[in-house]
Amino acid sequence: MNWDRYGDAFLLALSQTGYMLFWTMLVGGLLGLVLGIGLYVTRPGNLLGNRGGFSVLNVAVNIVRPIPFILFLTAIFPLTRLVVGTTLGTEAVTFAMILMAGFAFSRLVEQNLVNLDPGVIEAARAMGASPWRIIATVLVPEALAPLILGYTFLFVGVLDMSAMAGYVGGGGIGDFAIVYGYQKFDWPLTAFVVVVIIVIVQAAQFLGNSLARRALHR
Amino acid sequence: MAEAIISLRGVSKVFPGRRAGVTAVDAVDLDVLEGEIFGVIGYSGAGKSTLVRLINALEHATSGTITVAGTEITSLSERRLRPVRAGIGMIFQQFNLFASRTVAGNVAYPLRVAGVKKAEREARVAELLEFVGLSDKAKVYPNKLSGGQKQRVGIARALATSPRILLADESTSALDPETTADVLGLLRRVNAELGITIVVITHEMDVVRSLCHRIAVMERGRVVEIGDAYQVFANPTHAATARFVGSSLHDVPTPEILERLRRRHDGRLVLMRMKSDGGASGYLTRTLREHGVEGTIIYGGITEIGERPFGSLTLELVGEQAAVERFVTDVTHGAGATDLGTAAAPRPLPRREDQETVR
Repeated sequence: MNWDRYGDAFLLALSQTGYMLFWTMLVGGLLGLVLGIGLYVTRPGNLLGNRGGFSVLNVAVNIVRPIPFILFLTAIFPLTRLVVGTTLGTEAVTFAMILMAGFAFSRLVEQNLVNLDPGVIEAARAMGASPWRIIATVLVPEALAPLILGYTFLFVGVLDMSAMAGYVGGGGIGDFAIVYGYQKFDWPLTAFVVVVIIVIVQAAQFLGNSLARRALHR
Repeated sequence: MAEAIISLRGVSKVFPGRRAGVTAVDAVDLDVLEGEIFGVIGYSGAGKSTLVRLINALEHATSGTITVAGTEITSLSERRLRPVRAGIGMIFQQFNLFASRTVAGNVAYPLRVAGVKKAEREARVAELLEFVGLSDKAKVYPNKLSGGQKQRVGIARALATSPRILLADESTSALDPETTADVLGLLRRVNAELGITIVVITHEMDVVRSLCHRIAVMERGRVVEIGDAYQVFANPTHAATARFVGSSLHDVPTPEILERLRRRHDGRLVLMRMKSDGGASGYLTRTLREHGVEGTIIYGGITEIGERPFGSLTLELVGEQAAVERFVTDVTHGAGATDLGTAAAPRPLPRREDQETVR
């Protein structure tokens, strides 16, 4: 890659991607954790079993998740304008990414909690622990390792989403590869960006795996 | 006479189902006395696990009243039930330890729930690990422990808040025989040294035999028999109890085994039951001698329930035909033996439910 020509543009793109990833992983991850726990505990017969609450969450997640991100991004423009103030730029994309990541992650969280041995929850109940205490001190710690792996999986999905930011002027390295690589027939530049993305994903996966292993206590 | 610490009156639990629902516990009346080890036995699906979960309100009774340590729990709200649950320890078949916490962390958990301060908590954890003999494993995670060690941690955790009652749900069913004996010994200490009332749920005869003072036998949600462990097993008045005893002890030949016995032994066969006073063998030797009959033991088993002998022997009688006949008449009337006839003229085995009448 020609640094003199593209260096500044690339660094700007990298910082935009960093911004999108950071806020989406942080806020979207939390949103997904809360929604996922909600899906799990409100399931009839569970800790805070509530058929109505469960149905609302379940339907909401099912509606949002199948929408292709590129359509979702534009479909929620009114909401984006209301919250962010504009429908263009990195912030606007990040807002849509947070929502999509939250709904996507909620299913991963729910699945990992469903796999948990109900016996440990029963044991905590038998000790007189309240549902909220059980959520915070049993549910999440016991499922931590698979949750970390799910979170790592989410990271790849979020990186994928961030590549579409260019459609609404959000920038990022995906957009950089399209504009300077694809549209200027500069294949080596596209390849360079792909390598950068592969390195980021590998690093994230390595970090996730090692954290998960440490959380397993085996 | 000790007071009842747990009382169930007309307690039923119906799980909602497609049509009529499933009645897991059906109109049960039960008293567990303070300081005793009470066994609830029955085959899987008999409703034992549901019954024990009604005692600490992990399941809510559909009808009836449950009183635990003077508190009627059936009318309490979920919030008010939490302190009641904290006063009842529970251990499980699969141990249900927190994999994310160390041994010490597991034992400390109920103390945290109860709001015990850190210094006090640590002292209590050390004391409990000492009691179950796992002081050196405090910082180890449960995955590194053997089954027996895991159940010891489970017991320490269940005792953390000094409960008056301990519920043991098939607590040794996942352990090998040696480890089982170990854990049962620990439970006996919990009862004897700490005075904690224990309710044991099991389908294992060994557990009942070595541990329980009194038992209740459950079948299809109902308590079909209840009383002193020895009395219940020695004089089962219900088919379920008799089946349970027979299948665990294997002292009475099954029809198939009897068939084979008859092929090998063509003499007169007689089934003798052991009496609780242990005098049966003396009586047998004496009676055989009196009638001039020889008896060979060809099948049977004798074990202990509540420290008293229990079981039966099947004998082949050899001697002059009239003497054998007199002997058989004598023991069937005097000692409740069962005449099984000969290979040529067989007589049926007693039906298990008739057991009390054949003694």
